[in-house]
Amino acid sequence: MPKKHKFSVNGKRVEVDADANMPLLWVLRDKLGVTGPKYGCGVGVCRTCTSHLDGEEIQPCVVPVGECKNKEVTTIEGLANGDDMHPVQQAWIDADVGQCGFCQPGQIMAAVSLLQRKAKPTDADIDAIENMCRCGTYPRLRAAIKEVAGMPMDPPGNGKPPQGPPEDTPPNDRGQGGSGQRPGGQQGKPADGTSTDGEQSGDKESGGLFDGIGSAFGG
Amino acid sequence: MAEPEPTAQDKGRGLRRRKFLTFLVAAPTLTVAGRFGFDALTEASALPSPPALEDIADLGDAIRLASMPTTHLMVLEVTEDTTIRFELPRLEVGQGISTAIAMMVAEELDARIDDVNVELSDSRPELHFNQITAASTGVRILWDPVRRMAADARARLINAAANQWGLSAEELTTQDSTVRAPDGRTLSYGELAVAAREESSTGSKLKDAAEYTTIGTPVSRTDARDIVTGKALYAMDLPIEGALPTVVARPPTINGTVESVDDTKAKSMPGVVAVTTIPSGVAVSAETFYEALQARDALEITWGAGPIDGMSDADIRAKLKSTSQPLAAPKLRGSHLDATFDFAFVNHAPMEVESAAASVPGDGTAEVWMPSQTAIWAQGVIAGELGLNRDDVTVHVTRAGGSFGRRLFADVGIEAARVSQAIGRPVKLMRTRQDDMKHGRMRPAYHQKIRASYAAGEVLSFEHRVTGVTLDFDHGLGEALTSTLAQVAEGGAGQYYFTSSQSMPYHVGAVSQTLQEVQLGIPTSSFRSVYSGTVRAAEEVVMDELAEKMGKDPVEFRRKVVKTSSGKAVLTKAAEAAGWGKDMPAGHAQGVGYHAEYRSHAACVVDIDATDPANPRVTKAVLAVDVGRVVNPKGLEAQIMGSTMDGIATVLRAGIHIDNGAVRENSYGDYLWTKHADAPVTCEVHIIPATWNPGGAGELALPAAAGAVANAYARATGTRPRSFPINH
Ligand code: FES
Ligand code: FES
Repeated sequence: MPKKHKFSVNGKRVEVDADANMPLLWVLRDKLGVTGPKYGCGVGVCRTCTSHLDGEEIQPCVVPVGECKNKEVTTIEGLANGDDMHPVQQAWIDADVGQCGFCQPGQIMAAVSLLQRKAKPTDADIDAIENMCRCGTYPRLRAAIKEVAGMPMDPPGNGKPPQGPPEDTPPNDRGQGGSGQRPGGQQGKPADGTSTDGEQSGDKESGGLFDGIGSAFGG
Repeated sequence: MAEPEPTAQDKGRGLRRRKFLTFLVAAPTLTVAGRFGFDALTEASALPSPPALEDIADLGDAIRLASMPTTHLMVLEVTEDTTIRFELPRLEVGQGISTAIAMMVAEELDARIDDVNVELSDSRPELHFNQITAASTGVRILWDPVRRMAADARARLINAAANQWGLSAEELTTQDSTVRAPDGRTLSYGELAVAAREESSTGSKLKDAAEYTTIGTPVSRTDARDIVTGKALYAMDLPIEGALPTVVARPPTINGTVESVDDTKAKSMPGVVAVTTIPSGVAVSAETFYEALQARDALEITWGAGPIDGMSDADIRAKLKSTSQPLAAPKLRGSHLDATFDFAFVNHAPMEVESAAASVPGDGTAEVWMPSQTAIWAQGVIAGELGLNRDDVTVHVTRAGGSFGRRLFADVGIEAARVSQAIGRPVKLMRTRQDDMKHGRMRPAYHQKIRASYAAGEVLSFEHRVTGVTLDFDHGLGEALTSTLAQVAEGGAGQYYFTSSQSMPYHVGAVSQTLQEVQLGIPTSSFRSVYSGTVRAAEEVVMDELAEKMGKDPVEFRRKVVKTSSGKAVLTKAAEAAGWGKDMPAGHAQGVGYHAEYRSHAACVVDIDATDPANPRVTKAVLAVDVGRVVNPKGLEAQIMGSTMDGIATVLRAGIHIDNGAVRENSYGDYLWTKHADAPVTCEVHIIPATWNPGGAGELALPAAAGAVANAYARATGTRPRSFPINH
């Protein structure tokens, strides 16, 4: 049954009516109007949607909203502190990394996560980043990560605690209007399975990735 | 229909009503191209090859001629708040054209680059062929007219200030978006915008290159901040009120048809608003993409066969092979080398899947939001599909999340418009990645034969027969080409494109390059480097093998026979910088490749680690390029790096399989494009300074890199690569 899910997005508490299996990516994009995380595959492979859940890297396209209860979601929009860029964002600007830009929100969120885990990543650590960049910005991505290596990684948005009661931020009125969602329009029912695209069966890598995420965030 | 909200990248939009100064400059005179023909032939002792069509007037020249008559219709505005707005009739796909144009405007206007706001223009049919983004022509074509517009604007602002101050224009200078008097008084361009409307552009003059302060300096992308904060908006991010997320159930095989649909279950599912059958499949529109995807899975559809049902890779290869004309070159005195090559289909796989939003409210008008390389053509075909007048349809060009040639067509724009028309609601239609893989247009598969004959250390003839699945040119570029040089277009746009873009950059005796195409009904679209991506890669492999046969070093051999001094210079630079010939462990090797097109030159040397031949890695790539005058070295370097990654991907691992009429691949999990772990850890780009007008650079490095990677692999493993990708 559709139910209310309460969690925080970029420091603001939100409450969303949705089928518990609805991937966080579509909750963010279609219900909350948070369009920084991009769709690139829907099965956890391209990682262009990469965001953070309670400070850990996730791929929101394969994380059901039901698993976000009372957690803090950080998207690219929540990384800067107002006009002050996060050091990783600044490094990206300085190295002029982006081409089409589409993968870069995910690349940045993945790099922040890596740098939080390991302040000075090796080339092998950078090689292990799975985020796809179809424009081939890899040399500058690598350079930007090395440039910012060793710098203190402030929590996103300087770690402001979530603000505002849920009533202040009805999810359907937030953000940029999403897809013109009407408040209260979600009368979902449980979906059968978590596949939204039937792609997992055909995609060799996705099963494993999905399992990994499932176990990391399986609560 | 509400316009999308202005964004940071788009700050001028909200000021549209406060136009004060709009410059419509006279059409620039048609200047003689600076680099027609051979630029300083090397004193090659090799057997000279006569010039090919590409040497004399290449594709870019033809597209420039086609776009010239309307360059005066482009719009540059200065507003009262010193925003300088240029409506760019091109698509930004990541190639950095917006930044390069902003630099040209800033340079000739003496404006701060932050004041220059380049917006992607809506479709404007009056521009005819001057709204096509293709063939690396953006900077090349706009170089002259944009600088002239900016110089005219500057002159009018100076004249306005001179009037206001009662001084002569010659006494005044410009800097940082202001006009300055000798006594230190200043007026900002915004303050002069109204008065300058009435001024003439007397005194307008382009700067000498020696005066440049912006052009030629490394400038970061003007949208860098939008990109890193998530504010850069793509088609599916636009807050178009009421636009329903829409996905399309597509047939199991390529271009299959819909025979019957049972949508009872799907329609009863939560959030579903409408189910619409369109020629390419069955569209589900819902409140969210999640619900649309769920309902799509619940549709029961009987599908009809597609044009290649039952055909697989081997059949397609056999078909190409049997169509391919025999090599005709007589086996001349001396020896000869024959080689045949096969190239798999390649999916463009741009990061942003093909997507479009549309609003067709039923009042005879339509609006479509999509990243389009051919906006005017898209406007026309969408109008045709909807039964509307072209002028009642607007295509809003949105920034693209990559293209690589995929956005030459309007397939999803047409789909979105049809669905919106049918249901009377705005929609945003997105392909899933799997849709994009299985039904997206592709670089055609090719079968290529080469015969080269040689004697006494010289190549006497070089014959190349290219046979491929038909490359679809029905997207407006073909019309632009045939409008300029119709007599060459007898064989259709493909033949013309081939002839006008292909030439052999070496003196290798009598050269013949021909193209034959086989129509199979498979959706295709030009891929970055178009024909050169395969044709020149194969030729570079043969060049290495010729060198080996004749006992010559691959770099020295190329340097000796390359036609131009620019070619020789880039080869020398790349080889030097890469330490060509250095000792390498077993299973490792270097490889070289060279390519010239669109008046530009690239040489590439890569180091490969192929100790595991099934999983080779390019560990280092060194490129040297000469692209004429460089507008933005940072942007150029990015393009060269990006196209190098494409060369690595297409040679080593990324290729599509066709099984019984369907694409096998689903996503990036099984379509193995270059990732961090495949990218060279070191990638150097050396730019040879040059002063002639800019050539094309967006596609340049792919063939050179592809050749270098294939040759490095051959040298490391001792095998001769003949089928690409090598690890398919
Ligand atoms: S869209 Fe989430 S990993 Fe590709
Ligand atoms: S910048 Fe275009 S996909 Fe990475």
